[in-house]
Amino acid sequence: MDAKTTYVLRLADTCLIHSQRLSEWAGHAPVLEEDLALANIALDLLGQARALLTHAGQLEGAGRDEDQLAFLREERDYRNIILVELPNAAASPSDGGGGRDFALTTLRNAAMAIWLELLFDRLQTSLDNELAGIAAKSLKEVRYHRQHSSDWVVRLGDGTDESRARMQAALNVLWPYFNELFAADGVDGVGPAWDELEDEWRARWATLMQEATLTLPRESAMQPRGIDGIHSEHMGHMLATMQFLQRSYPGGTW
Amino acid sequence: MNLSAARAKLAAVPDPEIPAVSLVELGIVRDLRETASGVEVVLTPTYSGCPATELIADDVRAALAEFGDVTVTMQRAPAWSTDWITPEGREKLQQYGIVPPQCSAEQAIRIVPRLRCPRCDSSSTQQLSRFGSTACKSTWRCIECLEPFEYFKPI
Repeated sequence: MDAKTTYVLRLADTCLIHSQRLSEWAGHAPVLEEDLALANIALDLLGQARALLTHAGQLEGAGRDEDQLAFLREERDYRNIILVELPNAAASPSDGGGGRDFALTTLRNAAMAIWLELLFDRLQTSLDNELAGIAAKSLKEVRYHRQHSSDWVVRLGDGTDESRARMQAALNVLWPYFNELFAADGVDGVGPAWDELEDEWRARWATLMQEATLTLPRESAMQPRGIDGIHSEHMGHMLATMQFLQRSYPGGTW
Repeated sequence: MNLSAARAKLAAVPDPEIPAVSLVELGIVRDLRETASGVEVVLTPTYSGCPATELIADDVRAALAEFGDVTVTMQRAPAWSTDWITPEGREKLQQYGIVPPQCSAEQAIRIVPRLRCPRCDSSSTQQLSRFGSTACKSTWRCIECLEPFEYFKPI
């Protein structure tokens, strides 16, 4: 797979897996409005992933469409960052068994939305016209995601002792995984190296954390490499759920 | 080929999720042109994940079937904007109980609007969530008449 296809696939898979994880909230959010919001954000991300996967399939030139890429690859073939595949309850092993931690989801959504906003903004001027078109469209959507999730981060961080403690716990768990947001190489004319986003992302994140009265953990040396197909133990379980229908009923549609 | 007849047919196709407005009033129809064997319609999807996109294409094909082969082409760029909703479309949204966008997409990045309740016209309203029953709307409530209502988000 050439560098250009890999570049697009890393972004496509990141949107896809982020969406899949987020969709686990459907019917379980703390309030109805949030149920709708999380489902809508997941849907936007899924739409972005579909366009990006279709484009990656065309760049690859092996005749694979969005469905084949989404449902018929093996774990090691996925190029998403590990941050988005972590379970929704990664920060709270004793969450009562529900498997969902709203603090962690909220914090991850904000981190991803700020990052996607910076990346899509730059990709608008990509010499790859299709990618530029997808980015311009997606940018409008992630702005709403960023506003919404940032509001919640501040509300919960600068909230009660309980909500603040849970947000801080979530931040401590997610923090080392943020390093991968800046780990991918760029491709000339296609898109920037992700580390070009780092200064601006960290500045905006620091501002948000200050407003939310959360404390940034110490720098971590961890270098997650989901973008090379080296995933966490959670990825395979997630794919089992995601791919089950298509693998049991190949080519099935409705 | 009577292209104006085809245009009239197309103008009558409602949006499947907000049937009060047509696809043309919603500003998602870019072009209607004649082809060798029928017509081609160029549409711009509203949101990347809008689940109605396929249904809209089917509705357009059905409405124009009498004009021969109907080709529906999706054009992503330039990205759809609520700035393209027609004045008639805005009026119909308002009457349907959905407040139409109150500012341009560019302004929406910076400001949260003050809305008037579409039922009682009170300006005492409150945003409940930036998201609603569909991706294109946010959820509000009126503090005066206590009814919830939706706002078509500028994008």
